[in-house]
Amino acid sequence: MTPRTSTLLSTLALAAVLAGCSSPVKLDEPAPVESREPASAASQPGAGAGATATGTPQSQVSTVDLERQRAAEEQARLAASLPRSLYFDFDSYVVRAEDRPALEGYARLLTAQTGRKMALEGHADERGGREYNLALGQKRAEAVSSALELLGVNRSQLEAVSFGEERPADPGHDEAAWAKNRRVDLKDR
Amino acid sequence: MSRRVLPRRQFLAAASGLAVLPAWAQFRVEIAGIGMRQIPLAVASFRDELSSGVPVSEVVRADLLRSGLFRLIEAPDAMDERSQPVLADWRARGADALVAGSVSRLADGRLDVRHKLWDAVKGEELIGRSQTVLPADLRLAAHRVADEIHENLTGERGVFSTRITYVVQQGPRYSLVVTDADGENAQVALNSPDPIISPAWSPDGKSLAYVSFESRKAVVWVQDTQTGQRRMLANFRGSNSAPAWAPDGNSLALALSRDGLTQIYSIPAAGGEPQRLTSSRAIDTEPVYTADGQQIYFVSDRGGGPQIYRMPAAGGRAERVSFDGDYNISPSVSPDGRSLAYISRVSGGAFKLMTLEVASGTVRTLTSTRDDESPSFAPNGRLIVYSTRADGRDVLMTTTLDGRIKTRLLTSGADVREPAWGPFGR
Repeated sequence: MTPRTSTLLSTLALAAVLAGCSSPVKLDEPAPVESREPASAASQPGAGAGATATGTPQSQVSTVDLERQRAAEEQARLAASLPRSLYFDFDSYVVRAEDRPALEGYARLLTAQTGRKMALEGHADERGGREYNLALGQKRAEAVSSALELLGVNRSQLEAVSFGEERPADPGHDEAAWAKNRRVDLKDR
Repeated sequence: MSRRVLPRRQFLAAASGLAVLPAWAQFRVEIAGIGMRQIPLAVASFRDELSSGVPVSEVVRADLLRSGLFRLIEAPDAMDERSQPVLADWRARGADALVAGSVSRLADGRLDVRHKLWDAVKGEELIGRSQTVLPADLRLAAHRVADEIHENLTGERGVFSTRITYVVQQGPRYSLVVTDADGENAQVALNSPDPIISPAWSPDGKSLAYVSFESRKAVVWVQDTQTGQRRMLANFRGSNSAPAWAPDGNSLALALSRDGLTQIYSIPAAGGEPQRLTSSRAIDTEPVYTADGQQIYFVSDRGGGPQIYRMPAAGGRAERVSFDGDYNISPSVSPDGRSLAYISRVSGGAFKLMTLEVASGTVRTLTSTRDDESPSFAPNGRLIVYSTRADGRDVLMTTTLDGRIKTRLLTSGADVREPAWGPFGR
């Protein structure tokens, strides 16, 4: 490298530094806040422009774990495929045999994601007293809760509650409507 | 259909998203039994009652008529409590008794309501009385006049000045309403987008306990009706429901599922740690205290279907009380403790209001309807209020214990249910 070219480079470097210094600093703007974005977002190509601002160390390497990613996708698929309600026979709080796979699915989800919490909302059809129906709905919700606990789910992830006959899925007054109303709704909390 | 402009108050309520109470009138006599002895009585218009805003004598007459125990005889207008009626003349006109009175405004704005009751048979004055009330309590004063007449002529305390609470549902809106015992003067204690069930009066008539689903589960609240102040009484894991006040007002029995199955507990009225009263492997719910506070009636399906049981108020050995039929729920104990009103599923799947004489086990059906629910005794034990279904709606009715006289709260456009008759006094 000739002295001339070296002088030229240092001039350019200085200009760059000066240009950097001359960029106006707005004192009335709030100080930058540390970004809480997940590492995966920061490691996306093209996110480099904001790298210094978000405080990601330049030497960081983020791991993409395809196995975990696939498991998460699978869980999301599983969650979407599971029925939101389980139905019960008249005067019964026994989980039907045909609902076993659904329960196993929920158990897999809840044991894989121990931070996940669900409300099990029991319901009864309109026949009979409101308080007794509330207790019947509760018993149905407890039955689903017990079944999930037997499949390894931690009890603290579940709360069995009841709406009795107060929130029918079908407002009708015949057996077809009642069959839809004797149910436990599984809801994320 | 008529299109009329909403009155300003209703319009504001609608605009602000509050439930507007449906139009309704008082409890009207629907079925009057025949062959009953009715006391013939004349109630004169109270002097100056028209300027007071409440037709006092009309309220009194309507109360007495509704009880089914009285028959009204025309009375002249020009009378008040200072009149000196010739009782022999009234006797000749067929009246056993005569009432007259007046309403006058005092300097401080309050009203002085006076009345006198004469016994035309014995030819003597029975009572003379004066009540000083706020203008807003004039209807209450009229109900008290009717109560006194009832007590003097029948020997039993009237319940006209008591109150009833119930739940109104209009589409997705729920209201807890308090009315006079005649169904008039409806006031909303709570509006909610979520269901409300099982209201229960405190023994002093000042607070209501009820179950609200506003937090996506059944939670028991207690609310002061006068101030509207409310607090959570029981919000444990699972469902919290079926509150019933102990007669001393210091604690409540209720149904909790905190330990898995729905069981009966008692909890201090101020809140705190519940004490478990039943330990069964079945559903135990709907506790109610006897008036002496010694025992609790409740519903349990420990024997299969739901039946009514009785146990000591502190818990302990329970004995079955209902035996007819395979589904007996919702007990209400008469004030003298001698009978229960409850709901029984009878053949054909109908749910009927029944009474059970505890000592003899005699069961009696009181209605011809199919969907009776939630019976509640009046504090004098002579009437029961309950809900049933008529014309596709939940409606409220009252019945005498012999089933002979029934009244219905006329409502339109709403379901009305879960009635609870308040205590004497307020």
